[in-house]
Amino acid sequence: MLQRVIRSTVIDAPVERVWAVLRDFNSHDQWHDIVAQSRIEAGQASSQVGCVRAFTLKDGHFIREQLLTLDDAQHKFTYCIVEATVPLERYVSTVTLKPVTDGRRTFWHWESTFASPSGRENELRDMVAKGVYEAGFENLRRYLERGADLRAPGSAPMPVALPQPCRRVMLSAYGGPEVLVVGEGEVPPPGPGQLRIRQRAIGVNYFDVYLRRGWMPSLLPLPGTPGMEAAGTVIDVGDGVTGFMSGDRVAYMAPQPGAYASVRNVAADLVLRLPAAVDDEVAAALLLKGVTADYLLRDLGRVQPGARWLVHAAAGGVGLVLCSWAQRMGARVVGTVSSEDKARLARENGCEYVIVTRDYRFAEAVQRHFGDGADVIVDGLGDAARQENFNALAPCGHWISLGQATGALQPIDPDLLASKSATFSRPVAFAYVATRARLAERAQRVWDGLADGSIKRPPIERYSLEAASGAHERLESRRSTGALVLVA
Amino acid sequence: MIRVYVSSVIEASADSVWARIRDFNGLPSWHPMIADSRIENQQPSDRVGCVRHFHTRDGGMIRERLLALSDYDFACTYEIVESPMGVEHYVATLKLTPVTDGDRCFAEWSAEFDCAEGRERELTDLIGGGVFQGGFDALKRHFARR
Repeated sequence: MLQRVIRSTVIDAPVERVWAVLRDFNSHDQWHDIVAQSRIEAGQASSQVGCVRAFTLKDGHFIREQLLTLDDAQHKFTYCIVEATVPLERYVSTVTLKPVTDGRRTFWHWESTFASPSGRENELRDMVAKGVYEAGFENLRRYLERGADLRAPGSAPMPVALPQPCRRVMLSAYGGPEVLVVGEGEVPPPGPGQLRIRQRAIGVNYFDVYLRRGWMPSLLPLPGTPGMEAAGTVIDVGDGVTGFMSGDRVAYMAPQPGAYASVRNVAADLVLRLPAAVDDEVAAALLLKGVTADYLLRDLGRVQPGARWLVHAAAGGVGLVLCSWAQRMGARVVGTVSSEDKARLARENGCEYVIVTRDYRFAEAVQRHFGDGADVIVDGLGDAARQENFNALAPCGHWISLGQATGALQPIDPDLLASKSATFSRPVAFAYVATRARLAERAQRVWDGLADGSIKRPPIERYSLEAASGAHERLESRRSTGALVLVA
Repeated sequence: MIRVYVSSVIEASADSVWARIRDFNGLPSWHPMIADSRIENQQPSDRVGCVRHFHTRDGGMIRERLLALSDYDFACTYEIVESPMGVEHYVATLKLTPVTDGDRCFAEWSAEFDCAEGRERELTDLIGGGVFQGGFDALKRHFARR
């Protein structure tokens, strides 16, 4: 009786790339670990229908298989065993690839029918299904991840990449927005472990303002380029990098500034491939801000249903994500903003109550609304609102100092905290994405949140790289809503 | 002849996705663009040859005839009998294939049709991007929430 085996999987690469490897009937000794050596008999081309591949397996078996069909239009080939030391009889197998059009992935279907001696059916079915097909899926996946198909063994090395011209914001002095001036530069080919990225959209964060003002000269020495995150396309891949190829759409957040540029080299460990549904501007607008909201809610603030949160700058880049996500997770959210327009936006994004204030007076309103104050305060205001924040805090509350737009927060007296049994935190986002896996996990939650509607696509204000100073002016004026993005 | 092809991977078994989409009269329960649906002449919705009569949310009325239904292949083929879209000889197939290395399936939705010259792009976008991808996106959201 004939047995039938079907196995299928999804490979994270475009169908053309997978097909380029599989259509070579003699390539399996390069990508499939089970195969020791293979050759096409009689000197024929491996694309010649009717050709025979003769190969040995690592366990010593010898097999000859003939190509019966090769179909470039349908990405499909069929072959049969003509001779083997394994008792697989009348074995005919078909490989079919199909494009997954909504994510540039490949569906791979592998099926066969064969007969085997009675009593050995299970053993042989397992060998085909697991040893050949499932292992083959994994082997090819790894083969593509390390880019082995892009640089076949023994072939000529890739042409050496040349320096790329770029435009970048170069600070020669610290100061106001006017110090953000664009200059021409060159980006060398990526070093080992790096990717060279053509940046399309660059996220603007309040942190960039602190760097520009010279509050952290050790992080941004002069002359220097600010910016912590961007999205774009990989143009070159450095030595030792796996999992990326040129043309991949990517985004990153890096602990070292330098993102205000049209081209940049970035350590591949910091870089994520973008899902098709997330465009470059949304990625630049949301990666660092979304990851920030994610660790604030899940790790630092441990949001609980009914928890009372106070979020300042609730219509800002971080504020909008934080408020709508916190509300979805069951928290009660009060926001502060500086205008009525922003109040409307904050209400649409999860705030149950919004305080409009331009002079940082909010503690009394918060106390009144929440009964005895906020359990968690996310504070980007800094020193001017120091006393108000403390007054707005509930007993055993948690004051999270995320930024200091109004000036550096003066030291907090431990006894002051003791009077409310309060907790004070001063987190840095990059500590919460210390490993690539953590970063990928948090970013994935942000993209999932966008897809399921728990985060809305934020309003985005766009500026050219040359207008970076305008973007900073706008951010510091407190007139902007949502996220600011530089378009390179 | 214009051909539109859209495919996706849905994070649920072919059985459970098929249970959601098999009913030829069930579009309103899973496709966000469809407002209501009925089967003409009181026929059962899995009788090959039956005609579904439905409205899109923007008010368009469409009639489609079931040409093939296979619970074995998780596939269904239908043609448009009447619609405001301006397509002719429109035949579409929706098909699921299990992905054996996980609890998920590969979904394909394709159509072939004729149309007036110059409208190819617009109709391809509407059918492929709006109807087919819109349906897959809704299924992905539904099965991601479980």
